Amino acid sequence: MTDTKENAKGLLLDIQDLTIQYVTDSGTVHAVENLNLQLGHGETLGFVGETGAGKTTTALGIMRLIPSPPGVIRSGKILFEGADLLKKSEAEMRAVRGAKIAMIFQDPMTSLNPVMTVDKQIAEMIRLHRSVTDAEALNLAGDMLELVGIRRERMHDYPHQFSGGMKQRVVIAIALACDPGLLIADEPTTALDVTIQAQVLELMKKLKQQFDASMILITHDLGIVAEICDRVAIMYAGRVVEYADKHALYRRPLHPYTIGLFNSVPDLEEDKEELAVIPGLMPDPMDLPTGCTFHPRCSFATEECPVTKPDMIEAAPGHFVACPVRAAAQAGSESRGGEGQ
Amino acid sequence: MNDTVETTQTNSAETLSAPLSPGRKKRSPLGEVFFRLKRSPLAMFGLTVILILIFTAIFADVLSPYPYRKQDLTRTFETPSRDHLLGTDEFGRDILSRLIYGARVSLQVGFIAVGIALIVGGMLGAAAGYYGGWIDNAIMRVMDVLLSVPQTLLAIAIAAALGPGLFNLMIAVGIAAVPNYARIVRGSVLSIREMEFVEAARAVGSSDLRIILKHIIPNSMAPIIVQSTLGVASAILNAAGLSFIGLGIQPPYPEWGAMLSGGRQYIRDYSHLTLYPGLAIMFTILALNFLGDGLRDALDPRLKR
Repeated sequence: MTDTKENAKGLLLDIQDLTIQYVTDSGTVHAVENLNLQLGHGETLGFVGETGAGKTTTALGIMRLIPSPPGVIRSGKILFEGADLLKKSEAEMRAVRGAKIAMIFQDPMTSLNPVMTVDKQIAEMIRLHRSVTDAEALNLAGDMLELVGIRRERMHDYPHQFSGGMKQRVVIAIALACDPGLLIADEPTTALDVTIQAQVLELMKKLKQQFDASMILITHDLGIVAEICDRVAIMYAGRVVEYADKHALYRRPLHPYTIGLFNSVPDLEEDKEELAVIPGLMPDPMDLPTGCTFHPRCSFATEECPVTKPDMIEAAPGHFVACPVRAAAQAGSESRGGEGQ
Repeated sequence: MNDTVETTQTNSAETLSAPLSPGRKKRSPLGEVFFRLKRSPLAMFGLTVILILIFTAIFADVLSPYPYRKQDLTRTFETPSRDHLLGTDEFGRDILSRLIYGARVSLQVGFIAVGIALIVGGMLGAAAGYYGGWIDNAIMRVMDVLLSVPQTLLAIAIAAALGPGLFNLMIAVGIAAVPNYARIVRGSVLSIREMEFVEAARAVGSSDLRIILKHIIPNSMAPIIVQSTLGVASAILNAAGLSFIGLGIQPPYPEWGAMLSGGRQYIRDYSHLTLYPGLAIMFTILALNFLGDGLRDALDPRLKR
């Protein structure tokens, strides 16, 4: 909980009040609502939430790759290195994409072009953003492959000649080829099996440090967050409901939704018949509940919850939560002098 | 602050680079397709016939026993003999020589007309499929209008408007086929546009044009190749049809359709005048269709073992 202050000065990414909607014939989908996020240099932020919580939309919003129509960025600012990405022209954005912000996609099976050899795909990234010749770019592509642990002889192979884990390594090589300041990884290990997951995560962690990049890791796996993130943002129905240092969050989750998430992780040592689940379903994003969007499923809900939208409250230094009830409870327990579990 | 949250780390990353079966043959996608094409005898037959025809057309000057316009009015309507392997026509011209020169015209018309259709239709279809919205609507509605007219009729109308001649024939046949290619290209662009690697290409900062040319078009080649092969056959047939009714190649230059048309009035007594050009058209179309079907199977990723 100590390192939050020093990060505050050198912000790489500062998202303010971002609202993204999908306007369709059958209604407006509130994909992301009033989202605020900060990311310092060299930090790794875990972005956790269920399918449809708006994690990927936020990531695509940062890249300005929201499909439009139907996607509309209604309001907000995305300050990257001090400049608002939402104000940049399409040509300026093309120079940012890949060179400054790179993305790793979920499924390596489909995120590589099947009819291009992998060295050419890496070289494409290099050629787009650096003034090098084709031969130099291909040579650099080979270097990148070696860096992610693929032998150079294989650079002229097609994606289908690689296994899933190796394809994801190629994707990582492409993402890092131009030394981006920010790496957005959208569930990079979801499509891989567990042993490969660990290897890929380890590689990403190592290279992130080597390249001195910041990273946003989108996932719904709390174990992955624990392994490589510094800070965590929990998203629910398009909003960040809790945002804290990893250790603080894992030791003392505050938001009822976060608590529910942790309770639903099965524990090896406990003998349970059934998994603890959060009652109810994700709300329909076209028709969100009033007030706090989580209140219909919340066991802490008061009469106030369906009425007012909760703001982010700093319940402990660097630990933000969008739940006045739980923030008050936290404040109460601290004034009684209890830090313990 | 302890690190109990850190889970155990598995073995190091470097181990994964090792597995690579050593003796495995590396094939490019094209090599892979040819390998599978070779297993279909009909397709190989088609390919052989087409290659022979192309060879014949290129070396027509060397291969044909007589010049195509050399008349010998003393030897008209001769049946096949040693001097004239396929006989002579009403002006005593050697039918074999005329067939050989005719291959030149037919193949030229077939391939160039399809080339025109493919380039125009491909660009329109790619733009329609990639951008969608009103661009898509505007382009495809025009294509629908063209499609509502039977292709042969459309070609006749265009050829009649442009006047006869080899070049106009190619344009007429080509434009009549544009809507087919626009639809096919649009369809495959639509499906490939949604693939993740296109989004990935956008995420590395590629421009629209680059994405279409380098990522979408190469991935939608399979149906286009198949349709083009079959399209050459129908273009040849169309061109022959136009020549038959006098809108295509003008005499004395030999064209298979025009030869059919010329021999039509003698069909009862001298059927060899129409038989050989008819067979030539038939075999060419058949070979192209065999090749097209074979390519369709060879390019279908679901049939990969």
